[in-house]
Amino acid sequence: MDIPILKIENFLVVTIQTEMSDDEILKLQKDILSRIKEVRASGLVIDITALDVVDSFMGRTLSNIANTANLLGAKTVVVGIRPAVALTLVELGIRIKWNLNTALNLEKGIDMLKKCIEIRG
Amino acid sequence: MSEIEKRISIKSSADIITARGVGREMAKQLGFNIVDQTKITTAISELTRNIVTYTGKGKVIIKRIHSDVDKRDGMAIICTDKGPGIESIELVLEAGYSTSNSLGLGLSGAKMLMDDFDIKSKPGEGTRVTIKKWLR
Repeated sequence: MDIPILKIENFLVVTIQTEMSDDEILKLQKDILSRIKEVRASGLVIDITALDVVDSFMGRTLSNIANTANLLGAKTVVVGIRPAVALTLVELGIRIKWNLNTALNLEKGIDMLKKCIEIRG
Repeated sequence: MSEIEKRISIKSSADIITARGVGREMAKQLGFNIVDQTKITTAISELTRNIVTYTGKGKVIIKRIHSDVDKRDGMAIICTDKGPGIESIELVLEAGYSTSNSLGLGLSGAKMLMDDFDIKSKPGEGTRVTIKKWLR
């Protein structure tokens, strides 16, 4: 199943709608990165509101996407982490390598990207 | 409660999702709150992924348990495989240790998220991990 990657202004928005298998997550990673290059996006928002589980594999992949997108010139914000998921991630010890920008929801995520880009000039 | 024990064979990453779904449903039925449901489901995800990553196949048993001592109910998840086994259990339980370039949070994470954790492994024979969560 292909996950839509939407373009809003100069940002890409990806909303993960259902639980994904490892292969699907890795495919999404590939799709996002080629789309960033294609449209020269300066920002990326990944909305994970629908996910009721984020395990270490998903956490690592999100982090990889953010790091790679950054190298391609797109700043990444992950939005919509549920409270129970946040508590679980902290206990899982994901904070060790969790170097992601996060925001409460899509709107705040876009705001964050806009501010970052203003500062960057 | 009609079904109190479920067995799922784990062969591919799609089975991880199945196991998570079964675990989540049972945790909900037993009355675990949303945070504990999430922790249990995440722990199942970590352990079943270990089976897929390191051994290729195995099985998971998810069941309701009762403790006569404490007079409380809970849930147990038993993951078994006949894979290569683990040389040093102490080492794999260290957060950040990994032989597969992952975060190394699978076993240590599952231990952190649950109340009880037990691992038995023999090199060449396989591994069995049992985790439990009790209702408060």
